Amino acid sequence: MAHRARLVLQGVAVGLVVLLFALLVWKLVSSPGGDLAAAANRGDEPHAPGFTLPRLDRNGKLALASLRGKAVVVNFWASWCIPCKDEAPYLEQVWRNRRADGLVVLGVDAKDFRGDARNFARRYGVTFPLVYDGPGKTLSGYGVTGFPETYVLDREGRVVEAFVGAINSDEDHVRLRSAVARALQS
Amino acid sequence: MRLGVVGVLAALALVAAAAAAGGRPNASDLEGQLVCPVCQTTLDQSDAPIALKMKAYIRRRIAAGDSAAQIKAALVAQFGPGVLATPSKSGFGLLAWLVPILVVLGAGLVVGVLVRAWSKRRPPPPPDRPLDPDVERRVDEELARFEG
Repeated sequence: MAHRARLVLQGVAVGLVVLLFALLVWKLVSSPGGDLAAAANRGDEPHAPGFTLPRLDRNGKLALASLRGKAVVVNFWASWCIPCKDEAPYLEQVWRNRRADGLVVLGVDAKDFRGDARNFARRYGVTFPLVYDGPGKTLSGYGVTGFPETYVLDREGRVVEAFVGAINSDEDHVRLRSAVARALQS
Repeated sequence: MRLGVVGVLAALALVAAAAAAGGRPNASDLEGQLVCPVCQTTLDQSDAPIALKMKAYIRRRIAAGDSAAQIKAALVAQFGPGVLATPSKSGFGLLAWLVPILVVLGAGLVVGVLVRAWSKRRPPPPPDRPLDPDVERRVDEELARFEG
């Protein structure tokens, strides 16, 4: 009886260790982390993770998949993020200049108050579509570790360029314009 | 007389407890129960910009007369259930409270079964045998010498 109980106990202990190890491996394999930006900037053109989020600038929801066929600049931001204030006017300018060519600039406001985000959009004259991700559920899929981060997607939803940090230098502006041109040509 | 005083004191304590439970929430308490969504520490330990905004929001809602539960619910609606430092006691969050209790109970059960199994396996103690008369006489002599 004691021998059998000990065997059962040992089996349970080994099973638990195997289960925990499998969970660790699954977590490491399934979480893309910050690899998306690195892969995009290596030229691998990984597919952007999809999402459907409530709109901030009007009622309803917006699915990234619904923009397939257009080039998309996905900009992750928050109203409390100071560099986001610097780059918002430039993103607005890019949106106005290239929307007729099939470009959509999509702002994803995360870890923020809705009211603050709307005030930010009014204050900085943002008219491109905005969606709201208060809990920040989309961030891990893109490997976003801070704000702002920006991903340029081609018409097939592949990431052709990634910007970790604000797009606020002349060099960044040239890089973004070039990435948008490539995304529109796809 | 003494019984009456005790009764009055007990009634006052109950009234005070009821007032505290339904009274105005304390901002510091709430800041210890809510998590900054950026740095993942409680608000009272964070000076991140969003944490400062959340602290200001809590104070505004307290001033507006909201209860602690209303303020928490409003923040959960904005930032999701991850903003609560402790999981909710309903739905999926209930698991976080139940699982540790079940694990402790299960571990106790396993230990109990093992202890019972091991105690059954232990061989019975040998029966008492009478002492050899010669040895007994020598022990008596030694004891008598020791005591004398």
